[in-house]
Amino acid sequence: MSDIDIKDDETGTQAPAARQAPEEVPRPRGLGPLGWLRWGWRQLTTMRTALILLFLVALGAVPGSALPQRGQAPEKVAAYLSDHKTLGPFFDKLSLFDVFSAPWFAAIYILLFVSLAGCVVPRAVKHYQSMRARPPAAPRNLGRLPQSVSYETDDAPEDVLAEARRVLRGRRFRVDVSGGAASAEKGYLGETGNLVFHLALLGLLFALGAGNMFGYRGSVLITEGKTFANSLGQYDEFTPGRLFKDGDLAPFTISLDDFKAKYELEGDKRGQATAFDAWIHYRDKPSGKDTKYDLRINHPLKVGGTKVYLLGHGYAPKFTVKDAKGNVAFQDTVPFLAMEPRNLTSEGVIKVPDAEPDQLAFYAILWPTAVASPDGKQIVSAFPGALRPVITLSSFKGDLGLDSGTPQSVYKLEGIGKTLQPIKGGEKLLEPGETFKLPGGAGSITFDGMAEYATLSVNHDPGRIPALIAAVLAVLGVATSFLVRRRRVWVRAGAGKGGRTVVEVGGLTLGNPTSEFDDIVAALRGPDAPGPAEPEKAEPDEPEPETAGPREAGREQAGSGEDGTEPQQNGSEAEPGADRGSGSATEPKE
Amino acid sequence: MSNADLANLSDKLMLTTVVMYIVALVAYAADLGFGRRSAAVAEERAEAKVLVGAAGAETVETVDKAEASADAGPAASDDAGAERQSVDWARLAVVLNVLGWASHLGILVTRGLAEHRWPWGNMYEFMTALSFAAVTAFMIVALRYKARFLGAFVMAAVVIALGIDNIWLYDSAGPVSPALNSYWIAIHVTAAIIATGSFTVAGAATILYLLKARAETSEAGVGGGMLSRVPSAADLDRLSMRVTMFAFPIWTAAIIMGAIWADEAWGRYWGWDPKEVWSFVTWIVYAAYLHARATAGWRGRKAAILSLIGFGCLLFNFFGVNYMFSGMHSYA
Repeated sequence: MSDIDIKDDETGTQAPAARQAPEEVPRPRGLGPLGWLRWGWRQLTTMRTALILLFLVALGAVPGSALPQRGQAPEKVAAYLSDHKTLGPFFDKLSLFDVFSAPWFAAIYILLFVSLAGCVVPRAVKHYQSMRARPPAAPRNLGRLPQSVSYETDDAPEDVLAEARRVLRGRRFRVDVSGGAASAEKGYLGETGNLVFHLALLGLLFALGAGNMFGYRGSVLITEGKTFANSLGQYDEFTPGRLFKDGDLAPFTISLDDFKAKYELEGDKRGQATAFDAWIHYRDKPSGKDTKYDLRINHPLKVGGTKVYLLGHGYAPKFTVKDAKGNVAFQDTVPFLAMEPRNLTSEGVIKVPDAEPDQLAFYAILWPTAVASPDGKQIVSAFPGALRPVITLSSFKGDLGLDSGTPQSVYKLEGIGKTLQPIKGGEKLLEPGETFKLPGGAGSITFDGMAEYATLSVNHDPGRIPALIAAVLAVLGVATSFLVRRRRVWVRAGAGKGGRTVVEVGGLTLGNPTSEFDDIVAALRGPDAPGPAEPEKAEPDEPEPETAGPREAGREQAGSGEDGTEPQQNGSEAEPGADRGSGSATEPKE
Repeated sequence: MSNADLANLSDKLMLTTVVMYIVALVAYAADLGFGRRSAAVAEERAEAKVLVGAAGAETVETVDKAEASADAGPAASDDAGAERQSVDWARLAVVLNVLGWASHLGILVTRGLAEHRWPWGNMYEFMTALSFAAVTAFMIVALRYKARFLGAFVMAAVVIALGIDNIWLYDSAGPVSPALNSYWIAIHVTAAIIATGSFTVAGAATILYLLKARAETSEAGVGGGMLSRVPSAADLDRLSMRVTMFAFPIWTAAIIMGAIWADEAWGRYWGWDPKEVWSFVTWIVYAAYLHARATAGWRGRKAAILSLIGFGCLLFNFFGVNYMFSGMHSYA
């Protein structure tokens, strides 16, 4: 890309007439509602408005990164609200915790995209027409174009023009010969790329919207040895799109066979996780075949039109609880939540509603690799792997409150000190296989061993692929628009003195002149041309950017060229803008 | 060599690189400050010598000469200095720049070999790679557009960056977290590094442009000593535009490839993570800059300020987002 000569004035991001000079939109006076509407529309589709809207989108996104967002971290939003009693609710009223689904944010980007569409669509039509129109006729005075050469030859004018047509056609110009001159134009791809870029951005927005409307995402926790069936009730968390229907859930099942976490064992990175593997098997429908899969981060599973991701992991110790009567009231794994990410000290609660006569409950802390703290007073976890798991228990009995109808968190005990009373002497430290007999014959609890769980995210987003295609098109479009510029060449041949033919060649390139013009002239003159004929103006082939001189010269000439050499009869050329006039000539109107 | 040795070598090369860059920085600055002038003075002086020699015994002339040099005062002592050390600052700067660059490349290669992975898995490595990209971008620009004058500024930025890198961000060689263990790191992060390095060069050119533009308007072209060696404001403006036009599509691609990776790793291609938000903001500001330059008639100062805002967002995206906000890109 670096060898492409990109000039500053023409970036390919040229806007159409309406955007070139927003100041010139006249303010209507007494135009009636239709006039005002038209005026408003023209204001909206100016480049200035688009730029301001673009900035507002950027500005609006900032609080979304500075404040916690409900979509990403609802618990942090709750914490923020409880910490900031006055500011929090005020922010909440402004939707600052849901910036990206806030009405005001939607208003900005919808306006932006309307502005974009209002500009790009008419422009695309115009571009299509100009691609099919004849190249603009030659200006009166080719000598005043940024690039021009004139020479004499013995060939007849018709032959010169025929040759010009051949040479320019050979260089893939579109050529039109009329009125003793050949007009040629090339490089529509630049504007095409530019339009593709903008249209692709529109497409991207639609894909994003479609994904949000029809998709869903849910998260689920599976412990080793358990199975998850894709139905609403099995999800711990489920966010459907607005147009999602229950029947959209594909009937697959996933079972977690084994979860393995690998950690760095030595060095100063000891304990850093290096790999997580969730060995699963799944069926795409209940009657389907079992398929094994190694689910990893960066290696999702595609099943039933959804993608399943490994999100996280944790420990789920297994317990057996017997009640006062000696019956097994509970026997299962219990997922614990990590209290700190480094060494995975975790906490969890065991609820035993089936214990009789009193319901039992335990609050437990797990140290995967228990060691004494440096002061020797506490237990800490020294490693995230379960090398020496130890659990401490606090026991409770009474009423769990599960029958009250209010849903409870499985990670929290409700009503401690009210309906649920701590058992005196009910604290105990357990290693795997050990049993603790509760004081007062209230029952017993056995720490059977360790299991692990994985949290999975199940996502269905029909907008993914369209979004990807739109994004790729956008990149290709913007790159093309930067690389390709429109070029025009005119050749005029007429009878001169002494029966010779005077040939004038003029070139107009969006941006600064390139050496392509000189190549064309050389090809036109043929191999017998006596060196570089005296050009009317010393034109630099390809001005080096660090030398100011040639460029300034180019500018001036471009400027004069525009004043004096407007083509005589070409409709589209006469239009104010449509990036027809040499870009170099479009000096800032500050 | 064992992995530990390689990692060690990498750290030693870091020191070498920084030292070379500092010398290159001084040399570039010296070149900018009195490179051409001292050369011109030296020439003048040589001429004067010839004159004096030709004058021979004609004392009047010699006295005149002495008076003249006394009048000149500081200029004369400058002469002496210029003669004593006829150092070619520019050459010194370029040689050390290239050597430093090679050593810099060595840091990354040895680090990558020590870790058996792409050497941009944490902030320290990312910053090292980023500065490398900036130096590389500068060298290409210097070669292609003869923009050596940017050297002092780019070197200063890189030396500061590597200083921060070593003092606050240093992390010993080790494996990456599983989230980063993907071939996408080679694609997404590399694109981000290249784009950021190029934007840095564009930023240096823009700052120079603003200085030069002010000097040009205030005092009919007679700026300070350093600025007189810098090309015209229009050229600086154009240079920064070109580099931005190179970096912008790469930045766009980096964001899109990041989205593809996010789709692979986190299950959504866009989740308004702080890093995503700020990449997006940066993209918008640079897009606005390109539009402004191209169409809205916002040339010169206004556009330059836009470009600097974009660069500020880029820097914030790197430092601010990683250290102030918690998000899925928090690898600090």
